[in-house]
Amino acid sequence: MARTRYAPDRGLTARMTLTMFLLGAVFVGFVVALVFILSAVNASNAAIVFFPIVLGLGLGIGSLYYSDKIALRSAGAQVVTAQQAPELHGIIDRICALADMPKPVVAISPVDMPNAFATGRNSKNAVVCVTQGLLRRLDREELEGVLAHEMSHVAHKDVVVMTIASFLGIIAGLLIRFAFYSELFGGDRRGGNNNNGGALPVMLIIMLVSIVVYAISFLLIRLLSRYRELAADRSGALLTGQPSKLASALTKVSGDIARIPSRDLRDAEALNAFYFAPAITSGQSLANLFSTHPSLDKRLQQLDKISKQLGQ
Amino acid sequence: MGFLDTLLGRTKPVQPNLDQLFALPSAAITLQAATGLVPTGAGSVCFRSAEGRAFRDIESDVRDLLNMSAGDAPPVELSTDSYGFTWLLVRRPADQLDALVTDVHAVNSSLADSGFGPQLLCSLVGFAGPPGRLAIVYLYKRGTFYPFAPKGGETRDNALELQVRGAIGDDLKFETDLSRWFPVWGAPGL
Repeated sequence: MARTRYAPDRGLTARMTLTMFLLGAVFVGFVVALVFILSAVNASNAAIVFFPIVLGLGLGIGSLYYSDKIALRSAGAQVVTAQQAPELHGIIDRICALADMPKPVVAISPVDMPNAFATGRNSKNAVVCVTQGLLRRLDREELEGVLAHEMSHVAHKDVVVMTIASFLGIIAGLLIRFAFYSELFGGDRRGGNNNNGGALPVMLIIMLVSIVVYAISFLLIRLLSRYRELAADRSGALLTGQPSKLASALTKVSGDIARIPSRDLRDAEALNAFYFAPAITSGQSLANLFSTHPSLDKRLQQLDKISKQLGQ
Repeated sequence: MGFLDTLLGRTKPVQPNLDQLFALPSAAITLQAATGLVPTGAGSVCFRSAEGRAFRDIESDVRDLLNMSAGDAPPVELSTDSYGFTWLLVRRPADQLDALVTDVHAVNSSLADSGFGPQLLCSLVGFAGPPGRLAIVYLYKRGTFYPFAPKGGETRDNALELQVRGAIGDDLKFETDLSRWFPVWGAPGL
């Protein structure tokens, strides 16, 4: 058996497992709480709970199936052939051959902000997109590092994992809204009929529970997202064997993004979860807990460690 | 990749698969009979060098090893392409395809022993003849072959490539997914 240099990062695995376990626990707790509340009164309000869940499921599955098209559309990206972008295709061909993965669709977005994203529900339907700004700023090996990071997202099925993880948040968010509107408008319809007198506090309780679940799941999802980014950095760096190139790409890209005026960036924030590095607006001090990506320091630290391991 | 690895975002680097490589010499005879393409005696191994001293040391070890086995044949040439991949070009007499394949295998075992097996990308053996120039490329991670026939500029002679697959498709394990027949423009040994 050949020796291996690729020791898994147990700490990261453990933290990720714990995060996913907590998300699952919150989900179970949420369902139990809803069932409990609804069974305490007669279940006339069940539709109001049932409908958001169906809607949330629909949204989740829909966004999973159309994730590639949605992301390409909102980034204004064009799919490019091997003739149009031979260099980019050449790099991706080699990464795919190294990692034994099917080749994704390659797209270029005309945006000048340096960034890249990968999406698609599985590796057969994957799309990797880079912006013109990224192509202009990075040299070929840095670009390779970024693309290896994105291909690792594809290999880890991060779009599926994050969609399932966000499902809890989507349902809680929808429930808050539904409960709120039924509070506002539901009262009138019932008029003076008082035999459903439990309705008002029930909806209020559902709303409060949903708000708490939403807040907790929001933090956990962001935490999970940061761990997935670290995992993709790690796999990408090990795939090319060049962690320092990825690190140098990260410093270039993060520096450039921070320097771009924030007015242009506001449009870009919706796409953050897909991006290689997030478009950060001002106020970074509180950002760490809420951000989708780990801090630059943390990412560079991990890459340093991998570089040392490879050099031994 | 297993379910758990996906869930935890772990990728195990893919180890190279050498099972099929040694089928090449006999397939070359069939290829010559069917298309008139003969081995040029040049072959090369391509790998992605990792940063750091460990890999540099192994790289020079591999080079010394191949030069020792070369005898009076020309020494191996080491070059880096524009994608940052390293190519080791080995030249042997045209009728010694076995020796070429053995050398290619030596590169693999040196890399694998030091834990850098996943860095191997592909290997190619050059052929030439009346239909043109051609390389049979071996993909380490898939354990499959595909033909690559460059024409002038950056265009490929797809007809010749498919003809070659027809001729030796039964002797070699060919890559069935055509999208993985990626071009290696200007590769040493072509």
